[in-house]
Amino acid sequence: MMFFDQILQGIFLGAYYALIACGLSFLFGVMRIINLAHGSIAVLSAFLVLSLAEHFGISPFFALLLAVPVMAAAGFVLQRTILERSLRSGPLTPLLSTFGLAVVLDNSMFQSFGANTRSLAPNIGDLSFAGWSGPGGIEVGQLAVLTLVVAVALLSGLQALLTYTPLGRAIRACAEDPETAELVGIDARHVYAAATAIALVTVAIAGTFLAMRSTFDPYTGPTQLIFAFEAIVIGGTGSLWGTLIGGIVLGVAQNLGSQVSPQGFLIGGHLAFLLVLAARFAFAGRDWRGWFGVRSRAVA
Amino acid sequence: MSLLAVENLSARHGLLQAVSGVSFTAAEGEILALVGANGAGKTTLLRTIAGSHRAAGGRISFEGADLGTMRAHRRVQLGIALVPEGRRLFGAMTVEENLKVAGANGRRGRWTIETVLDAFALLKPLLRRRCGELSGGQQQATAIGRALMTNPRVLLLDEVSLGLSPVAVRTVYDSLQTVIAQGDTTIVLVEQDLSRALRIATRVACMLEGRIVLEGKAADLTRERITEAYFGLRRGEGGMRA
Repeated sequence: MMFFDQILQGIFLGAYYALIACGLSFLFGVMRIINLAHGSIAVLSAFLVLSLAEHFGISPFFALLLAVPVMAAAGFVLQRTILERSLRSGPLTPLLSTFGLAVVLDNSMFQSFGANTRSLAPNIGDLSFAGWSGPGGIEVGQLAVLTLVVAVALLSGLQALLTYTPLGRAIRACAEDPETAELVGIDARHVYAAATAIALVTVAIAGTFLAMRSTFDPYTGPTQLIFAFEAIVIGGTGSLWGTLIGGIVLGVAQNLGSQVSPQGFLIGGHLAFLLVLAARFAFAGRDWRGWFGVRSRAVA
Repeated sequence: MSLLAVENLSARHGLLQAVSGVSFTAAEGEILALVGANGAGKTTLLRTIAGSHRAAGGRISFEGADLGTMRAHRRVQLGIALVPEGRRLFGAMTVEENLKVAGANGRRGRWTIETVLDAFALLKPLLRRRCGELSGGQQQATAIGRALMTNPRVLLLDEVSLGLSPVAVRTVYDSLQTVIAQGDTTIVLVEQDLSRALRIATRVACMLEGRIVLEGKAADLTRERITEAYFGLRRGEGGMRA
C-alpha cells in the first residue's frame, strides 16, 4: 500500500512539474527556443502574486488573475526585445540571452526582495495542508489534487487553443514553417509574441503553485528550470501531453528514490532522466550504426 | 493601369545575381506564363514579388503603389498570393486546417472553403487528412486552394506540374480553369511544361540567366521562338519583344 501511495504522490508531484514545464515546452515547440530564464520567470511570477496578495490583502487566486495580464504583456515585450533579436543571430544566441536574462532576474529579485524564503502557503488557509484520507492510510492533499486538475485543464486548454482557434492554427503554422506562414497572411512576429505571452501566462500559474506548495527565494529558479527541462526531455520535446507524462515519470521516480535514501529524491529523478536520455541516444545510435553497417557491406 | 508592375528588378542569392533588371507588367485577369530553364531566376522572381526574398534593386508596384520592403504577410493582405515550389503545405495540419489558416489571415472575398472545394472537387473527401499523407496532385490542389483562400488578386504559381503524374497535372489544371474562368484574378505562372503554359497563358515571358529575353502575347509567339529564347540560341541580339 505504501508503494501505491508513493506512486500516487509522485503523480501529484508530476502534475506540478508538468505545470512548470508546459510553458517551456510550448515555447520550444513554437520557436525552437530553450528559455533558460524560465525558472527565474516562474519565481518572478511567484513574487508578483505574493506582492499583489499582500499589498491588496486578497487571495493568491485573485492576485493570480491580476498577474496574468502583466505576465502576458511581459511575454510580448520579451519576444519583441530579446527573443526575436536573438533568433536572428542563430540558435545559440537565444540560449545565451535567456541565460543572461536569468542572471539579471535572479539578482534583481535578490536586490528587491532579499534572501529570505517566502511562501504563499499562509495566504491560502487550510488548502496548504488539508486533504482526504483514503483506504490503507493514503492521504491525498487538496492542493495536490488542485495542482493536478489545473495542470490537466491548462494542457487541455492549450491543446484546444492550438486545435480549434485561428490563433492556434497560426501558431502551429509558424511552428512548422514560418516563411510559408507569412505567405498565407500570418504575421509571424505577432504570432511569436502571442505565443510567448501565452507561455508566460502558464509560467505565472506555475509560479503561483510553486509559491503555494513550497517555499521559494530569488535563487529557486534554476532548480525549477532543471525539473521542467527533465520533464520535457522525458516526455518528448514540444509535446504538451508528453510534458504531463514526463512530469509524472519524474515525480514518481523522485518519490520512489526518496524511499531508498534521503538523497534519493533528486537522484531518482535525475536517474530517470538519464535513463530516458540514454535510451534515446541508444535508439538514435542504432540507426547511425545501421547506416554505417549498410555502407560497410556495400563497400565490401 | 496595370495591376502588377515590376521595374528593373534585381535579386541575389549571396554573390549570385539570380534576377537582373527584370521588368514586366500584368493587367487584371491576365495570365502571364514565365518560362525558362532551371536556374533562369523564375522562382526567385516570384518569391521576390511575394516578399519572401529581398529585392536587391528595382521596384515592384501593386495598383501603382510601391511595395518597397513590405513583408510577405502584408502583401497577401493586399492581394498577392504565392503557391510556392514544392507546395510547402503545413504537413502536420489537415487539408481543412491549411485552408482555414489562410482564410483567417487573407482578404475577404469570393473564395471560401465551399467555393475552393467546388473548384477542387478532389479535396472534398480529404478535408480531415493530414497534408503530409497526401499524394503530390492532392497536395498541389491543396496548395492552390490555400492560396485562393486569401482571395488573391494576383496569384503566383510556381512549378504547378513539378513532380506530378500526367493524370494529376491534368486534374490540377482542369481545376485551375475554374479560377481562370472567373476572369478577375491575374495569374503569373511558372511552368516547365511549355505546351501546357501556352495553352492557358495570354502572355508569355521567357527568362534566361536572370533576364527576360522574350516577351509577348501567347498568340503571337511560335513555339520555335520560345524554344530559341529558352535555350539562349539567339544570344547577342538582346531582348526580344513580339
